[in-house]
Amino acid sequence: MGEQITGAQSLVYALETAGVTDVFGIPGGAILPLYDPLMDSSSIRHILVRHEQGAGHAAEGYAYVSGKVGVCMATSGPGATNLVTPLADANMDSVPMVAITGQVPSPSIGTDAFQEADIRGITMPITKHSFLVTNPDDIPRAIAEAFHLASTGRPGPVLVDVSKDALQGSTTFVWPASLDLPGYHPVTRPHAKQIREAARMIIEAKSPVLYVGGGVMRARASQALMRLAELTGIPVVTTLMARGAFPDSHPLHLGMPGMHGTVAAVGALQKSDLLITLGARFDDRVTGKLATFAPDAAIIHADIDPAEIGKNRDADVPIVGDLGEIIPDLVTAIEAEYAAGRRGDYEAWWSVVGRWRETYPLGYDLPDDGSLSPQYVIERLGVISGPESIYAAGVGQHQMWAAQFVKYERPDSWINSGGLGTMGFAVPAAMGAKVGAPDRTVWAVDGDGCFQMTNQELVTCAINDIPIKVALINNSSLGMVRQWQTLFYNERYSNTDLHSHRIPDFVKLADAYGCHGLRCESPEEVDATIEKAMGMNDAPVVIDFVVHRDAMVWPMVAAGTSNDDIMVARSMAPQWGSDD
Amino acid sequence: MSRHTLSVLVQDQPGVLARVAGLFSRRGFNIESLAVGPTEIPSVSRMTIVVNVEGLVLEQVTKQLNKLINVLKIVELDEASSVQREIMLVKVKADAETRSHILETVQLFRAKVVDVASDAVTIEATGKHEKLEALLRVLEPYGIKELVKSGLVAVGRGPRSITDRSVRSLDRTG
Repeated sequence: MGEQITGAQSLVYALETAGVTDVFGIPGGAILPLYDPLMDSSSIRHILVRHEQGAGHAAEGYAYVSGKVGVCMATSGPGATNLVTPLADANMDSVPMVAITGQVPSPSIGTDAFQEADIRGITMPITKHSFLVTNPDDIPRAIAEAFHLASTGRPGPVLVDVSKDALQGSTTFVWPASLDLPGYHPVTRPHAKQIREAARMIIEAKSPVLYVGGGVMRARASQALMRLAELTGIPVVTTLMARGAFPDSHPLHLGMPGMHGTVAAVGALQKSDLLITLGARFDDRVTGKLATFAPDAAIIHADIDPAEIGKNRDADVPIVGDLGEIIPDLVTAIEAEYAAGRRGDYEAWWSVVGRWRETYPLGYDLPDDGSLSPQYVIERLGVISGPESIYAAGVGQHQMWAAQFVKYERPDSWINSGGLGTMGFAVPAAMGAKVGAPDRTVWAVDGDGCFQMTNQELVTCAINDIPIKVALINNSSLGMVRQWQTLFYNERYSNTDLHSHRIPDFVKLADAYGCHGLRCESPEEVDATIEKAMGMNDAPVVIDFVVHRDAMVWPMVAAGTSNDDIMVARSMAPQWGSDD
Repeated sequence: MSRHTLSVLVQDQPGVLARVAGLFSRRGFNIESLAVGPTEIPSVSRMTIVVNVEGLVLEQVTKQLNKLINVLKIVELDEASSVQREIMLVKVKADAETRSHILETVQLFRAKVVDVASDAVTIEATGKHEKLEALLRVLEPYGIKELVKSGLVAVGRGPRSITDRSVRSLDRTG
């Protein structure tokens, strides 16, 4: 392809060559040259969103379920700054994403030109890498490198900012034969000696736990994890980012650890003598007070990112590499130990954690007044829609309940904003997920606070035939903040009442957006309403579940306290048993 | 806490200094000094960063720096096996009475006078951190009008170079 073309045309060719089929974005002045040739692309579908934040989260949701790099586009200035939250979100949760932004013409850069923002500078701390392209000849290379960086090593968001004159300038399209990234060498092969040492420790441990994080998802290593767990019989906990990496129904699974984890999962980490940490990062929401976290545990820490190892907790055996290689290598090394007659014995440990799991299952109280319990709604949703569905959550109580009460059986069925905790994530992420997996049922489990931040994307869904379903858990409050006010601020509810039982009318809102709107206010209607929504596939559907507002998320480890002080319910601590 | 000198080879690309400086500030690592300049390879710059941290934090600094795509190589240079230098320019009050004393001090420290005015002299001194501090202490009583110091630069002793073959291959001109 030696013909003279514009930089914009070259960018479209580059995206096509990178395998892009779906893009979420909004045009504007600086990026306008790109949208002209984009119109003629036969392989790229551009979905016109209503807010750039929606484009970014949609790209994330798309990446979560498809395993491909999610792509979003925006113009310069405010278009680009609206992508800041999704970029930060993708950076925290290691989501492969490429954001393409228009920039003012290069002679105007630095002059405070109309719609100018230094988006590369602004996003430096929240991207894996970023490019500013001002020469049309550099476009294919920047795109090739951006996709490589986003999808390899520890995945993450990459920004490509392209000045308007680079889009308009004349160039030829040349896809780079090789990448020019001399400072980028992610280690994927684990060190054999470390693997052997880890296997030895696993055999010798008395109370080990497989502490499974989102890295197992990104490495698509859940089948390997299953082999490792079943080979060894070691209890498994899956963090918020790893829900679905290991089936909830499996007898080795203790559930989710962390601030709102199960007593068995939190307790198992806490009392363990060996944490086999796979793609997890000892986040404060998992460890509680770090100084008292798992005090007797030795640590095996396997991660693709060497900087995670030793960041929060010292590792006794660090293993840097791709979990898709590490876990099978561990299986082989453990099988070699078994062949040599050495085998771990975790029977006594199981009798302890098994008792915790039986004594303290996840549960909730139904409201005395017969009103709707949010946990019940979410539990029924999971049962009726089933494990092949995709569940995208916002942030808050509904997110925790969706992590607890939907039972996940497969990877890529749970999407949420874990690290950044972005309210408003659910609707656009569900939209992206539905585009990435059109044959699966996609639910946004959202709160009334979150929903009002990004629900404009329902319009995008309605117009572009993206029939997502929204289970709106409407407690008329910023529920999680309200819960903290109940527990820690003497029930002084400062600015957490959203009055959304009155305004807006979510059913009418759905109608106005070209979606089906349903309302459910009593437990008797729950199943029928969900089933009705399951049958509506000609347009998006929103169910306004009007729920009891005083429901709280339990168990809970209060922020900054020790995991030892987990509460099963208000003022109720678990009995750990006398043998420790 | 202890001082560590890191030599960081980076691709000479726009924004690389902002990336490194931003990393230090957002992760709460303290930079004591930072010096940037070209190397014998045109596309590679070298940053010499002095940090005052404990061992575990130093490991994080190094690992986080390594994650920056434009960072090519990081080497810690310890004081014993490297030559470390700072340059200092200091303008000191000097009248007819004190000038000779000041010049004597300059000689003792193997520094030099680079500018003379009727009531001041400007002194240039090169050396290790401690030497420059000592010189300053002696000059202080005369009255320091202005002081400027470069960041520390350092190079390992012996014949070996940290710009080894892998980095050298970036030299497209050579």
